[in-house]
Amino acid sequence: MTPTLSGIQLAPVAGAVPAWRAEVDAPRWRAGCEAAARAGGRLAALWASDERDRGQGFSVKALLVLYDGLVCLELQLADATQGYPDLSDLFACATRMQRAAYDLVGVIPQDASDRRPWLRHGAWPENAFPLRHEFKAEQEYPIEDDGYPFVRVEGEGVHEIPVGPVHAGTIEPGHFRFSIVGETILRLEERLGYKHKGIEKRFESMTLDEGARLAGRVSGDSTVAYAWAYAMALEGMTGAQPSARALHLRALLLERERVANHLGDLGFIGNDGGLGFGLAQFSRLKEDVLRSNARVFGHRYLMDRIVPGGVACDVDSASAQDMIVEVLRLKDELRTLRSVYYNHAGLQDRCITTGRLLPQTAARLGVVGLAARASGNAIDARVHPGLAPYDELQPKIASHRNGDVAARIVVRFEEAFESLRLQRLILQRLPQGALRSPIAEAAEGAFGIGWIEGWRGEMFVALEAGAGARVRRCHAHDPSWQNWPALEHAVIGNIVPDFPLINKSFNLSYAGADL
Amino acid sequence: MQKILLQIARTGIISERAPAADESLRQIAGRVNDEVLKLLGRALAIRHVDAGSCNGCELEIHAANNPYYNLEGLGIKFVASPRHADLLLVTGPVSRNMEVALKRTYEATPEPKLVVAIGDCGCDGGVFGENYASCGRVANVIPVDVAVPGCPPEPTAIIRGILTAVTSSRS
Repeated sequence: MTPTLSGIQLAPVAGAVPAWRAEVDAPRWRAGCEAAARAGGRLAALWASDERDRGQGFSVKALLVLYDGLVCLELQLADATQGYPDLSDLFACATRMQRAAYDLVGVIPQDASDRRPWLRHGAWPENAFPLRHEFKAEQEYPIEDDGYPFVRVEGEGVHEIPVGPVHAGTIEPGHFRFSIVGETILRLEERLGYKHKGIEKRFESMTLDEGARLAGRVSGDSTVAYAWAYAMALEGMTGAQPSARALHLRALLLERERVANHLGDLGFIGNDGGLGFGLAQFSRLKEDVLRSNARVFGHRYLMDRIVPGGVACDVDSASAQDMIVEVLRLKDELRTLRSVYYNHAGLQDRCITTGRLLPQTAARLGVVGLAARASGNAIDARVHPGLAPYDELQPKIASHRNGDVAARIVVRFEEAFESLRLQRLILQRLPQGALRSPIAEAAEGAFGIGWIEGWRGEMFVALEAGAGARVRRCHAHDPSWQNWPALEHAVIGNIVPDFPLINKSFNLSYAGADL
Repeated sequence: MQKILLQIARTGIISERAPAADESLRQIAGRVNDEVLKLLGRALAIRHVDAGSCNGCELEIHAANNPYYNLEGLGIKFVASPRHADLLLVTGPVSRNMEVALKRTYEATPEPKLVVAIGDCGCDGGVFGENYASCGRVANVIPVDVAVPGCPPEPTAIIRGILTAVTSSRS
């Protein structure tokens, strides 16, 4: 059903995702977003593009999630100095996306209180914008020290701990600025963008087909989710229809990615909580899943197994039987370890009430995915809108209302069990059909959207075709954009030594949001 | 406690044999002399630096520490500071936003030191290549002794690369 949004005329976007788009002027941009916020909708993504080659100016896009589906509002700006209405008062998560859109395209959010750079750290000058067409991808500027102004907390006994970008473990780079009194965290300010490597500019040098491989490397731990979202966008714009078999295999791959990551996280959370036994056990189980992936699908992390039109792998009945046996065995192992985790006084003591993200804070920040579900916000794109094949599989949502580290552990366990059930279901009833359907050449200007619930949360790919089946613009959106600010809130009042544990319980992607 | 002990006993020791060194991965020979390598043996301290990867290589570095590969069982451990490290394990194309941090980490690592670049991106920039925001391969920013290709390279390949770096190129 077409959603109603402040009287704006919505045109459907072709494809599997229930989505609509509309060109709006500045008052309607604002009115549409206000109506969406009032209706309990959320901002999924915000990005900008250079449209001067089409005789227009610049375009800013806000992708909104409403009950009936997605709405993409597109605001045309005659020139970059014109500015567009700020959305950060309606959707807190808009702030960083608006800052990134300025760094890359130079579009100005009017009246936004935070106009500091986000992705630009000094690798290109203030007056150059990488996603404008005249900016050459290979252009290199001398690196400047940008003297980023962190927010200072003042008062008696307050001091700062700067951490990163190079961290003390095998993790991704980012900077955390803690303002503390004694051991208690008064404020955490994140500074990310260290991994920005020009992915969106790189997309523009690729054909639509080549883009699939890059999409699968936006965030390696979510390669299946991104590859599927990209394929979904491309299939939508070209009218391609993957077979039921291909869709079921995709869901199998996505659930295997979910289980592998949840196992890894459960191990690391246990380790950070002082239970090294957990890391040894869960990393063993994760390795079993990865080895089985390599054996059946040809890649441990399932990279490049989802391709536009279908999949580049198959499961024969013998492998399906083997995998069902493995799934059942894993379920038993997981039960044993769950009982250890839930009954381990030391671990529970570290996790209960630690790093609490209250349900109202999570809702206000627009938090998504696993972190939202552990804070009482039951959002899961597999359940709603439940795109094929999830409409048939009927996944059960896992949620908890405490919002602490312990709740995020519980949600991971519950989701891992449910994911194993789904895997079994798929393997038992794998329908027949072509592995890969042909893809017609996309018309210039064609637009498609992909929407997938990855293990971390919902992710989007918005894809626009250029001439000659090339990528004109591709925006890949990671749930970490929404969830990183939540970490800043969850740590308030906690002690510094609990930060690694709290951080791990969210396990957000740096690569996915730095692009 | 009983459950934990029972589970440990049930799991048993599952560690596998380490791979042998592979000379074809070596980029620069003899940056650290044989005497030092001999002294170092496998009592090696590694500092991992993610200089801009997609995080796929990090997953495999984690895996190298799982009970199957048991990197630490070889005497090789990961340390929290470059000041304590003998070897830097660097992933990713080096983003320009990480260029300074990587150079500083390299400078902070005491001599004699070794660098192993991990993954297709670390070897040649991979799918991201070189652009306004990416310096491409690790060797464009700091000297690299051994480079391990793969997207991502499997744990065995990563361990082989590390062992190659601490093995004399003449042996």
